[in-house]
Amino acid sequence: MEIVEKKNKNKKYKPILEAIPDWPVYKLSKNRKEFIEEVAQRAYERIKSLRPTPKQLVDELEATVYREQQRMKRNRWRVDPEDEPKFWAKVKEDLNNIATKTPEEQEPVADLILKRIVSRYADEIAGNFKPSQYRLTREIVKFWFARLLNGARVKKFGAFWRNQYTLRDKIHIVGKVKLLRKLARKGTVVMVPTHFSNLDSILIGWVIHSLGLPAFIYGAGLNLFNLKIFAYFMNSLGAYKVDRRKKNTPYLETLKLYSTIALEKGAHSLFFPGGTRSRSGMIEKQLKLGLLGSTIEAQRNLYMQEKPGETAGKIFIVPVTLNYHFVLEAPDLVEEYLSSKGQDKYMPEQDRYGSWQLIQFLFKFFTKGSSISVSIGRGLDIMGNYVDEDGNSVDEHGRVIDTRDYFISNGVLTADKQREDEYTRMLSQKIVKEYHRINRVFASHLVAYVAFNMWLKKHPKLDLFGLLRLPEEELQLPYEEFRETCKKVRKQIYRMKVDNKLNIASHLKGDIDEVIKRGLYNVGIFHLKRPLLRNRDGNIITQDLNLLYYYHNRLVGYELDQFIG
Amino acid sequence: MNSTNSLADKPVAVVGSGNFGTAIANLIAQNRRVLLYTRSEESAQKINATHQNKGLVLHENIKAESDLATIAKECDVIFPIIPSAYFRSVIKQLSPYLHPYHVLIHGTKGLDIRLPKGATIEETPKLNRKQVKTMSEVIREETSVVRVGCLAGPNLSKELMAQHPAATVIASPFNEVIDIGTKLLRNDYFQVYGNNDLTGVELAGVLKNVIAIAAGALSGLGYGDNAKGLLISRGVVEMIYLGRALGGNTKAFLGVAGVGDLVTTCNSSLSRNYQVGYQLAQGKTLSEILAATTEVAEGINTVRTAKKCADFYKVKAPITNALYRVLFEKLTVKQALQYLMRYPLNVDIDFLDDPVGA
Repeated sequence: MEIVEKKNKNKKYKPILEAIPDWPVYKLSKNRKEFIEEVAQRAYERIKSLRPTPKQLVDELEATVYREQQRMKRNRWRVDPEDEPKFWAKVKEDLNNIATKTPEEQEPVADLILKRIVSRYADEIAGNFKPSQYRLTREIVKFWFARLLNGARVKKFGAFWRNQYTLRDKIHIVGKVKLLRKLARKGTVVMVPTHFSNLDSILIGWVIHSLGLPAFIYGAGLNLFNLKIFAYFMNSLGAYKVDRRKKNTPYLETLKLYSTIALEKGAHSLFFPGGTRSRSGMIEKQLKLGLLGSTIEAQRNLYMQEKPGETAGKIFIVPVTLNYHFVLEAPDLVEEYLSSKGQDKYMPEQDRYGSWQLIQFLFKFFTKGSSISVSIGRGLDIMGNYVDEDGNSVDEHGRVIDTRDYFISNGVLTADKQREDEYTRMLSQKIVKEYHRINRVFASHLVAYVAFNMWLKKHPKLDLFGLLRLPEEELQLPYEEFRETCKKVRKQIYRMKVDNKLNIASHLKGDIDEVIKRGLYNVGIFHLKRPLLRNRDGNIITQDLNLLYYYHNRLVGYELDQFIG
Repeated sequence: MNSTNSLADKPVAVVGSGNFGTAIANLIAQNRRVLLYTRSEESAQKINATHQNKGLVLHENIKAESDLATIAKECDVIFPIIPSAYFRSVIKQLSPYLHPYHVLIHGTKGLDIRLPKGATIEETPKLNRKQVKTMSEVIREETSVVRVGCLAGPNLSKELMAQHPAATVIASPFNEVIDIGTKLLRNDYFQVYGNNDLTGVELAGVLKNVIAIAAGALSGLGYGDNAKGLLISRGVVEMIYLGRALGGNTKAFLGVAGVGDLVTTCNSSLSRNYQVGYQLAQGKTLSEILAATTEVAEGINTVRTAKKCADFYKVKAPITNALYRVLFEKLTVKQALQYLMRYPLNVDIDFLDDPVGA
């Protein structure tokens, strides 16, 4: 069943910078070597200031070697470089050699070791943007997507080669597009999308291109580079690598500085601030503060480096939500979430979905009617104030404010880590609030949310896990009751839309039976076991309660449950 | 923080020239020049001519000023010390002149309530955190200032003016704000402690006023120290439960701004809130008491707000409830005491095992 977006303007956007050599990401990769050296140098200085005495530094290095060797023993990946064991064995040997020496003798050796480590990390993290590869990828993606779309949709001979449909018919981009394009010309844009699926990175890459923006640099999970098809896309799109297995201080500081310095140099960036994909299907509530903090640090550095007569560049944060009917990995994600809930244990990154599954999914996605929408939020400054079209920060009372003032103490521009940590927390809260505000409610979200909560209310004595243990066959909702509840909840959603607390897809409006039909058809559309459907008597049933829980979570956090039951 | 002294001679502002504001101005004046805000140009002139405010002698570093624009322009650090009932409106007036480089440390122990148009506090049965704000939250809502803090602790104005030894807590999520506040206030007889739990410290300062009224009432009935010990210890428990429901952490209530301030106010006939309780016990009605004084006893409004919050968040708050009925429902103090003594609650301390409060 086709969902037609009424407001889909399908507009084409001209590139804001015509020639690739003008792109910040290209300039960065052209000077790759110098850039990596700068990152390594500043990371070195940072760690030295964090661990000022030789003893502290040696302890830190020893901990790093230990962790790295544990990682190699337990969890090696295809992307890991082959010379890794050798490198760390050498570091260990060098550390052993100085173990019994005096601090004065230790210091120069330890400094050198640190330098080697951060240089290696900086090189490992660095992306490799190549214009030729970028162009080629872009064309391949465009070409094959068009073939898939047209071949699948128009059942006429020769349709395969037509260009009647484009990706824009399947992926709707809504929100503050014009503002985003303006801001990308005025300063450095940091896009911060929600993260539900591995597909997100490719999707966002496509969105950025189709909005006419130059390529952004990504902080992509290194695990994605294990998949060849992803690795190719990522590399050509200017991705840098984030290895979540490495939690040691030298690595984390190098990573943060990589991002900070790239921002200072004006490279538009993309973070998934939630860190990993949302396991529960909920919109992120807790963001990772490390990378987010680099935006604040970069902005402060820009102010501090400002020369007389110049205006420091400004960094803009743009929240984005990706709205899906279907998430390929949902069954595994929710299982992981449920099995780990309540305990803080390490979650292995499992990717059971190889390149083949992905292609299959893409094919299904194009042939069956199911759409994705991308909501672009209003641009923010690094303190979470909205910015206007000229890039000025505007406070809640409509007054223009100077972002520099946030870093001024006693009349002087100062660096204060504790202050900036607090600012990072404030920014993260603001981004979460924006996510909820720009999130577009789909019919499939509505039906999943209503059905799950109705079952929850019908079993007041069961907690979440108790409910999830019930056999699916025992659960049935009379259609009339379900319909009325959907109507009630949708009414509240409308009210919240008026208050600007969330956004809705245009297909949510109209005849409620039609909306429910759409919702049921689309919710988790490609799963073998459907989270929600109607049985022969017309009643609402589920084949997989865990999945239903996952899709229902999309609307958690809006206090809608009081309108159910 | 290594603050440069290049601007050290910039004055500091105290907005609000009541007893407490004046006492704080006098403390800061020992370290810095102070602009003391007073609403009218006339009274500013009068204060500057006599170097006195409400009969209190002012330090020579203090100058009165009636223009908020001047205050914000001249001072980077501002201490708003205004009764909670006028807090929001004064901050609104000040707001257009403020910038994110300003630092605001308030000294107001009250809560702000915002109701939908047409609603009155009397008709609103329950209150939640969307309607009830602390003073720092008001500052954040109304201005572009983010570096906000508060000061709270056993600080009876008269004793401060007489330079008796005392201490205060400066609370702020920003260590920078705590440092600035400490440098400005600290001297040989005034100690300053820091706390990062701004909400907790604000709530401790606010909620203790409820218990202070109850302490006054006990004394007014002529009861002695057993009763007071009972009240203070149960009072702390009640403050912690309510405080946690409203967003504070347990620790703030056990420090100088919590227990410290509570013990002081419950033992001091200098405290206005204590005075209210004392007179209630003597049989006076609330309106009689209010008619007889010009000073603001924050505790009266706090009782009402706290009671309605406790109902919303389903927190047991027997002392607050009893006082509410005395103040607004014509229960006598004696009856309230009977109600409390029969209250079925007999676990002494049960908030320390709870990880939430850690």
